[in-house]
Amino acid sequence: MALTIGIDIGKALVVIIFLQAAFGYLTLIERKLLGRFQLRPGPNRAGPFGVLQPLADGVKLLFKEEIIPAGVDRFVFIIAPMLSLLGALMAFAVIPFGAPVTMFGRVVPLQVAGPGLSLLYVFAVASLGVYGIVLGGWASQNKYGLLGGLRASAQIISYELAMGMSVIGVLIAAGSANLNQIVGAQAKEWFVFPQIVGFIVYFICAIAETNRAPFDLPEAEQELVAGYHTEYTGMKFAMFFMAEYINMITVSALATTLFLGGWHGPAFLPSYLWFLIKVAVFLFVFVWLRATLPRIRYDRLMAFGWKVLLPVALLNAIGTAAWVALVHP
Amino acid sequence: MANLIAILAAALCLVMGVVVISARNPMHGVIALVANFLGLGVLFLLLHGEFVALIEVIVYAGAVMVLFLFVVTLLMAGTEPPKEGAGKNLPGQLLWAIVVIGALTALIGFVLAVRTVLTQPPPSTQAFGSITDFGRSLLTTYMLPFELTALVLLAAVIGVVFLARERS
Repeated sequence: MALTIGIDIGKALVVIIFLQAAFGYLTLIERKLLGRFQLRPGPNRAGPFGVLQPLADGVKLLFKEEIIPAGVDRFVFIIAPMLSLLGALMAFAVIPFGAPVTMFGRVVPLQVAGPGLSLLYVFAVASLGVYGIVLGGWASQNKYGLLGGLRASAQIISYELAMGMSVIGVLIAAGSANLNQIVGAQAKEWFVFPQIVGFIVYFICAIAETNRAPFDLPEAEQELVAGYHTEYTGMKFAMFFMAEYINMITVSALATTLFLGGWHGPAFLPSYLWFLIKVAVFLFVFVWLRATLPRIRYDRLMAFGWKVLLPVALLNAIGTAAWVALVHP
Repeated sequence: MANLIAILAAALCLVMGVVVISARNPMHGVIALVANFLGLGVLFLLLHGEFVALIEVIVYAGAVMVLFLFVVTLLMAGTEPPKEGAGKNLPGQLLWAIVVIGALTALIGFVLAVRTVLTQPPPSTQAFGSITDFGRSLLTTYMLPFELTALVLLAAVIGVVFLARERS
């Protein structure tokens, strides 16, 4: 009993610390890659090849003065970044990042927790993360913050719907809403091939859900300064920043789990390395898109979500259901 | 253990419910209502309603309340939050409070009285609360209420399209 609880706490700590470190180096890799895309070297002063840049940034943010603007709702202003980060960290808890390993004479699944409906759990927790953005934008008492928060809530609600619809095909094909069983069902064939439509819709929605370019309307700097985190400084700003990058990692990990066979891969590498490689590919695509595509207009963003992605995802779900019911009983 | 969690979750629901109606600032009311829904989700989980619990959090806490937030933010933009003590001394508020509390007490008493008649044996199957079980009972046992609800929602959708159409 004590050992089980110890292992669980250990896994949770490892995942949280790993996500923090991954966040730090993801920012560095993104800046390096963006530099290369724009024919410049990127950060290269702190340490060899700039590898100490995340540490320098972290120290700087820690020692920055925390400013709480006059007239804000202090309670909401302070909890908003916490809610954002909490949602981002909790969602990763159910993602299986490797084949079960044997440790201390018992089989330990490589995921923090595996409830029966873990896929729905990810969506439930992810849907709560938007509160941080909206409340932060509102509590700042700043028109740019407010507009950024409003845009975020409208955008995330719209794309969450299409995202939920796009994974129903996977759910039907695997016959389960448990991420472990979904990974198990892909031992022979990855779902990305039969579910290519669902995969494309999922990935577009994932970019919109994480507020990344070309869907980064909530923080469009030319029109909204920095959107919902305009008034935030120091670690509170860093928490919003962390939440965005950890959300990117989580949606990539979920895409890997649902469509790319999770931790499955040829046996010459351990399963968790396969998982990391697949997630890294998604993260590279996130950066690549940011360097390549211009931001799209707000009304077209909403029209695209409601008039294109949602019907396509719905048709994909109906088609998969019909195929499973008629061809594959 | 399960009892302790149930009591904590129920207490959270009650306290947050009181905050929802007593908060002067509608924003705090919205936050309290979200916390209330989370407590409700925990209670559903303890009743083995895994699917219902998660859907409740996704739909109510995650989607409906965000729309509430949207409306509250837009309506409150540029206005000062109401001062403490504003809106007191409504005519006959004590009378109304007594009437409402009396009605609620009577309702709870009625439910407690008929509960013994309606109580069914607790579900024992493993599948209870799973997606499969939930979907099957929705499309067999509760087919008519399910379809009627769908009809109500369809009417609401048509109403929204009618109200929001462009007038030339």
